[in-house]
Amino acid sequence: MNTRRRWWKTAVGIVLTALMLFPVYWMVNVSLTPRDRMRQTPPDWFPTSPTFEGYAAVLREQLPALGTSLLIGVCTAVLTVVVAAPAGFALAKLSPLGGGPLHFVLVIAQMIPSIIMAMGFYSVYLTVGGLDTWWGLVIADSTLAVPFGVLVFTAFMSAVPDEIIQAARIDGAGLWRTFRSVVLPASRNAVVTVSLFAFLWAWSDFVFANTLNGSGDVRPITLGIYRYIGNNDQDWNAIMATAVVASVPAAVLLVVAQRYVAAGVTAGAVKD
Amino acid sequence: MTTAPSRNGPRRRWPSPRTTAWGFLAPVVVYLVAFYLYPLLRNLDLSLRDYTVRSFVRDDAAFVGLDNYARVVTSAAFAPALWNTLVFTALSLVFQYGIGLALAVFFHQHFRLSVSLRALFLVPWLLPLIVSASTWSWMLNSESGVVNSVLTAFGADPVNWLTSPRYSLLAVLVANVWIGIPFNLVLLYSGLRNIPPQLHEAAALDGAGGWQRFWRITMPLLRPVSAITLLLGLVYTLKVFDIIWIMTQGGPGNSSTTLATWSYELGFGSLLPRFGPAAAVGNLLIIIALFFGVIHILVQRRQEAA
Repeated sequence: MNTRRRWWKTAVGIVLTALMLFPVYWMVNVSLTPRDRMRQTPPDWFPTSPTFEGYAAVLREQLPALGTSLLIGVCTAVLTVVVAAPAGFALAKLSPLGGGPLHFVLVIAQMIPSIIMAMGFYSVYLTVGGLDTWWGLVIADSTLAVPFGVLVFTAFMSAVPDEIIQAARIDGAGLWRTFRSVVLPASRNAVVTVSLFAFLWAWSDFVFANTLNGSGDVRPITLGIYRYIGNNDQDWNAIMATAVVASVPAAVLLVVAQRYVAAGVTAGAVKD
Repeated sequence: MTTAPSRNGPRRRWPSPRTTAWGFLAPVVVYLVAFYLYPLLRNLDLSLRDYTVRSFVRDDAAFVGLDNYARVVTSAAFAPALWNTLVFTALSLVFQYGIGLALAVFFHQHFRLSVSLRALFLVPWLLPLIVSASTWSWMLNSESGVVNSVLTAFGADPVNWLTSPRYSLLAVLVANVWIGIPFNLVLLYSGLRNIPPQLHEAAALDGAGGWQRFWRITMPLLRPVSAITLLLGLVYTLKVFDIIWIMTQGGPGNSSTTLATWSYELGFGSLLPRFGPAAAVGNLLIIIALFFGVIHILVQRRQEAA
């Protein structure tokens, strides 16, 4: 009786998951639907005669954009870790004067809408020449991740036992040495979590890209999709194929680093 | 750093950690000043001046005080944008939280595959917003969308989800709820895990049914996590821009315009940018978000103290 009820729950769970993921299935389905069957009613529910034209268009037209997104994502992740990790160490272990207010500022910073940051950056970049540059986007995108990164590092590094730090200290290691050789390796999970999210957010960014790099050649993949949508012929086969390709990092993240994802969602919000 | 005088030798390398800590904080402080404070101050400056494209480039716009704010608040577009923001935010929260909670309770029962299925529920949250928004756009397309195809199969009339002012806000709301469910699910699930199972067992022994246990035990004990989830959700929903902009651009008319999309539209939506009013709307949005943000922090502090 008991096991039968559990199977019943599994069945319900599968149905609910299928409903939730239907849009993702639909994206893949449309990405394989030939153009001449795209606007028929009812639509093809299954890719019975799949075409790979959309993906060919991605290879033909979007490779530079994918490269740009990759570059921006990696640089944003590096910048975020470099800025956030030392700060997390200080807040977690050194109880600096003014640490409380700084923590407050970081939580608040996360709440500022990015369109407003985008407008501010636009105005700044217009004077310093940061528009339509890859580094301009790296800096802007990193604002999505740095406050989050410091909070995650603080939470993880608080869990590093004080005894290890004391031991390093007795062995004559300076603060920087202790941070680099003891605390940072011990918080490897935090480094993975923060860089994964920084990469993903930079990869997914649309607001900054559209505002700061809207006209130039340095276009990430999100703008590639947006351009396709803006085209008059609206080739949804190509749009959805690009969308599928743009979703690959998220899928990889979920498969490879699922526990870090859950840690990232909760670390920013609630402390255990 | 190394000049601090000290009598006991080996300690010299650790001169008062509380001060040297600022060496570690220096990068993030410089970062926050240069890449948060400065752009925000520029934004404030924009909102207090009368900019045109020409004066924007030449940087000689006249100072007009709060004129932009006055113009924005008295404009005919203000009330609908504020109303849409309220409706969009409130309904998003209700449905994200309600569905997220139901799913969290369901997955908390630990059946076969529950861990993997729960992980799959994270997908919408991880996808780039432009991917989700464009997928929903095509699904809700009036002629070729799968949603209307299902509706007509059941005998209902097709709906102009994105092109009719009656439905556009509902359409972006549906997409936004879909994206927000995973966040609520994860947070509420972690909250459920912190409720001692003994409480449920004791209540069950005393004859309390499932429904009663949910309302008498789960909900009260989940209140702290619920408060945090809803407040964070509120702040995040106020920020939503991508989905609405990509799906409807705030239209048709201003039927799905929120403060966020309105601000962007004023600044970047046309060939004739109006940076002053755009920045003013943006700053009003910041004030609203920070108001709830501070409440969120106060609630969290009180929970940690308790």
